[in-house]
Amino acid sequence: MRFRVRITRRDGIADPEGTTTAHALRELGYQEVTGVSFGRDILVDLDVDDETEAIGKVVEMCERLLANPVIEEFTVELLS
Amino acid sequence: MRTAVIVFPGSNCEHDVAHVLRSLGAEPELVFHRDRDLTGADGIVLPGGFAHGDYLRTGAIARFSPVMAEVERHAAAGTPVIGICNGFQILTEAGLLPGAMVANRGLRFICRHVLVRVESTDSVLTRNADVGDVLRIPLNSYQGNFVLDTDRLAALEERGGVLLRYVDEKGHPDHTINGTTIAGIANAAGNVAGVMPHPERASERLLGSSDGLVLLESFVASMAKLPA
Repeated sequence: MRFRVRITRRDGIADPEGTTTAHALRELGYQEVTGVSFGRDILVDLDVDDETEAIGKVVEMCERLLANPVIEEFTVELLS
Repeated sequence: MRTAVIVFPGSNCEHDVAHVLRSLGAEPELVFHRDRDLTGADGIVLPGGFAHGDYLRTGAIARFSPVMAEVERHAAAGTPVIGICNGFQILTEAGLLPGAMVANRGLRFICRHVLVRVESTDSVLTRNADVGDVLRIPLNSYQGNFVLDTDRLAALEERGGVLLRYVDEKGHPDHTINGTTIAGIANAAGNVAGVMPHPERASERLLGSSDGLVLLESFVASMAKLPA
């Protein structure tokens, strides 16, 4: 099974990449840009038959390693 | 005083910090991150560098290195533990210090001397300094922008957990260096401390500043269990 873990920055936590990119877009003339934020996608392949068990494991991986709860949030999506 | 200087794959400041600790009378030993035994260590240093290539997040993978269980046990038992730069990042990822690091405001890698003011002397890193001392120490990082949610940040400041703050030439708090004014913090017990600039690189006049010595002297005095 393949899962997509999407990590995003929590609201209110500084996102210097996003702020800088938003500034660059406005410099290019896109004045309507009010914000940009960065995240990351991580694809995780699992050799597990049970879907519920697999989701539970991926969520646990996010909580232990893949995301830092101080600054990040995550979602988990089953791709195939 | 036996001091374990932990070496992760990608650490690169272990010899510098060991050199300075030796000059201060400590007995530094380089300990590889796969070792699990820190028996007899009077203090622990997590040095600067790029542990595990900074992959995923700085410090995120190092925090699960086999040696870290022992580091956590020592930290809980009151052993002095300091993290410098990448070592600070590892301590936050491990939950031994609050907060996290994000990219510098302006997205620049910063490599220059900065000024930091001592805000609290209630820690293994600052006990020999005086509140108000301004130290000139090199900063060398890309992810040095300390962040913490508003409530926890207020609690950290309230309990005197902020040890060092970036200041400008006039002594005013300066967040324009990398986005935060916080350069060093400690846990509630004061035995675990992190500092973003490198005191070991400002420990001899030849290096342009010896202002960092007081921080490492504080650490050595803490290991020796000298009265504060």
